[in-house]
Amino acid sequence: MRQMNDPLLRVDNLTMMYGDRVGCKNVSFELRPGEVLGIVGESGSGKSTLLRSISAQQEPTKGIVEYQTRIDGTRDVYQMSEAQRRLLMRTDWAFVHQNPRDGLRMNVSAGANIGERLMAIGDRHYGNIRQNADNWLGKVEIASERLDDLPSTFSGGMQQRLQIARNLVTSPRLVFMDEPTGGLDVSVQARLLDLLRGLVHDLNLAVIIVTHDLAVARLLSHRLMVMQQGKVIEHGLTDQVLDDPQHPYTQLLVSSILQN
Amino acid sequence: MSEMLHAHNVAKSFTLHTQGSVTIPVFEGVEFGLSAGECIALTGESGSGKSTFMRMLYANYTCSQGSIKVFHDGGWLDLTTANPHSILEIRKRTLGYVSQFLRVIPRVPTLEIVAEPLVALGTSREAAMDKARDLLTRLRIPERLWQLSPLTFSGGEQQRVNIARGFIADYPIMLLDEPTASLDVQNRATVLELIEEAKKRGAAIAGIFHDHETRDAVCTGSFDVTSFKVGAND
Repeated sequence: MRQMNDPLLRVDNLTMMYGDRVGCKNVSFELRPGEVLGIVGESGSGKSTLLRSISAQQEPTKGIVEYQTRIDGTRDVYQMSEAQRRLLMRTDWAFVHQNPRDGLRMNVSAGANIGERLMAIGDRHYGNIRQNADNWLGKVEIASERLDDLPSTFSGGMQQRLQIARNLVTSPRLVFMDEPTGGLDVSVQARLLDLLRGLVHDLNLAVIIVTHDLAVARLLSHRLMVMQQGKVIEHGLTDQVLDDPQHPYTQLLVSSILQN
Repeated sequence: MSEMLHAHNVAKSFTLHTQGSVTIPVFEGVEFGLSAGECIALTGESGSGKSTFMRMLYANYTCSQGSIKVFHDGGWLDLTTANPHSILEIRKRTLGYVSQFLRVIPRVPTLEIVAEPLVALGTSREAAMDKARDLLTRLRIPERLWQLSPLTFSGGEQQRVNIARGFIADYPIMLLDEPTASLDVQNRATVLELIEEAKKRGAAIAGIFHDHETRDAVCTGSFDVTSFKVGAND
């Protein structure tokens, strides 16, 4: 029996170089089931590079990414066959992009966007797929009657919620999010945050969320990693890092927030 | 009385890297113990570091030196060396904190915010909601507000929501940061009752209280942070 405390994901000494330029360097951490890790830092600090390298979208120059698979035990993600890795990315993992257009297929209906991931793992019963898709629309607070509409007719906030439904329908255990609230206005952000937090809790999701918004990081993440120039310069309990930052760059970041 | 929390040789200083790396020492050599059934008032003038010390007891601030041990799950754990998972576990089950600030996601109803710590402990949603209703009633938050986000409430109402949330679970150790600061007489009396009830069930409580009446009414002792101020004994 797997223990709750066994890491779901283990990243060891991950380095991504673009020629001589550092994308991210010597990053190590572990993530447990149900745990939310925030990665913060300014643009160009290596957050998104790190996320892509962990999520098997871009093979790192050096380092190990290990994942506790459901049936095969702990596996090095970059030592798997291409087919195994694809299956993992389609089922047990999910990736929520900042721009929903990168995560959705804009020319098929909302229902088909959700159903597609189910069909990719072998679900063939049309009625079940449609029912499941409809269920998920409800969970992300989109009315059933929009099931057959194209995502292009949705608002930005709805598109983002649809992307989340599409990602979560296969019951993944690990979700990667790249600035999920980035392009949304503030009132829509609050709704999405509330929704995400509920889903994370109810489904016991492990999440790695990249954001430059420290308020989002505070509300969603248990632990925080601060990056600067490709390196993790501070890492710890979210409220400790934000309220008592030790590193000069973290202090600068925190003191730069506008108070309201 | 059994000890629940023990701070040993604790020091704190802040280094402000964005302001010429000036280092501000707050206190050093702090020895503090807290036992079940006690309510200790942290005292000291403004700027003496009592809020800082309380935040350190919650592991919200780091320690520059020393240890802060908490009795959790039948054993002692040092907050200054525990990993984030353990600290979150300690906060969930052992260490409660009523802060002066309400930090919640907009749009989440007051009732859910108050019930959440109990739900997280595994209590059924029904039972947690019942207790939340009970506390909100006692703290005179009108029922018509329960389904609204507290972010739209007045300062005093937010404070009471914070108190309800802080008292809903029977934490063995409780930290109270000016729990009666912006409350009227009636509500202050209710908070005093809640503190008394917590003491009776054996909670170990440390608090910062802005007024003497509250302090005199509920505290079994006091602890002056000022005496550990850096340079105080030179």
